[in-house]
Amino acid sequence: MKRFDAVKRTIERAPDSLVVCCNGMIGREGWTAGDRPGHFYMIGSMGLASSVALGLALAQPAKRVLCVDGDGNVLMGLGALASVGAAAPKNLYHVCLDNEAHGSTGDQATITSKVELDKIAAACGYVRVARATDEASLERGLEVLLGGPGPAFLLVKVERGNVKGIGRVELTPRQLTDRARAEATR
Amino acid sequence: MSGAGSGDLGARFVGALERAGFDFFTGVPCSLLKTVWQRLEAMPADRYVSAVREDSALGIAAGAYLGGKKPVVMMQNSGLGVSMNALASLHLLYDVPVLVVASWRGEGGTGGIPEGSTGPKGFVDAPEHWGMGDTTHGYFGLLKMPFVLLDPEGLEEQVVAMAHEMERTRKPVAIIVRKGLFEGSH
Repeated sequence: MKRFDAVKRTIERAPDSLVVCCNGMIGREGWTAGDRPGHFYMIGSMGLASSVALGLALAQPAKRVLCVDGDGNVLMGLGALASVGAAAPKNLYHVCLDNEAHGSTGDQATITSKVELDKIAAACGYVRVARATDEASLERGLEVLLGGPGPAFLLVKVERGNVKGIGRVELTPRQLTDRARAEATR
Repeated sequence: MSGAGSGDLGARFVGALERAGFDFFTGVPCSLLKTVWQRLEAMPADRYVSAVREDSALGIAAGAYLGGKKPVVMMQNSGLGVSMNALASLHLLYDVPVLVVASWRGEGGTGGIPEGSTGPKGFVDAPEHWGMGDTTHGYFGLLKMPFVLLDPEGLEEQVVAMAHEMERTRKPVAIIVRKGLFEGSH
């Protein structure tokens, strides 16, 4: 399964969510798959998407927050999984696209072929954890992820490589902040 | 110095922050911020979040801002190093304001031995704080972040001034806390 298709399907399945996309290709794919005012794209601060999503979820407990993350990002910000598990926001849903590589910098291997991030999430206290490896299990995984209160975690194993035609976020960072805050506090 | 009243000073500081509109607190503790932390830990779980690392705290604070909050991140100055990327590529880049309250361990570095020194071999503070103690202001200088040294006499006015500066510029600002203000009686 291509990462872009998984990102697109994930965003489609949670249309009413505030979405925090991690930096790198995943953010650009989130933008390309279907930008919405509630989307916030990290363009730096690798590893912090889940922390940002946690703060947003705590600040807006009545709104669903979806964090679209990658394996390199989750590894870099691994401690935030513990913070999410401990704070246990019922409105936080965390998806990790895992291609076992730093896909934005040339597919250098990460270590997720040996380290199972879904098990770490479960150990940290995410209340539902699922894993997907193809289109069919992604549909089931999204059902599990979104099928009750969070914090929930879905690990999606995807192919390495980037599909062609992925754009760059065309809003300024300040514009992204303003519209995300307006949408979150609406 | 405040002596017996130092416990009250922590409450005064947190009270001043709350009156200035700050409504979300996170960070990693320091012994120099002990009586402040006693107030934070008495807060509801959606108002104070114990972070695992300072950059994650900054990420959580950024998310809280997107969710409509006015956040404070507290830390020991030893956390400024790992905070630099978050401040540069998240808060400064996205115009996401935050008040950073950083303690000043190691003030004076290895030089000069002030009255009341308790460090090993008569140094100002423990060896792990010498480097950061010497360079604390420099981190804020590098990022062009406005900062003040907290003055117990004019604490309320300083908090209001920094809150105003933060909102005017939509950039992060800092308050540096010297030893002896918030350490309590033991």
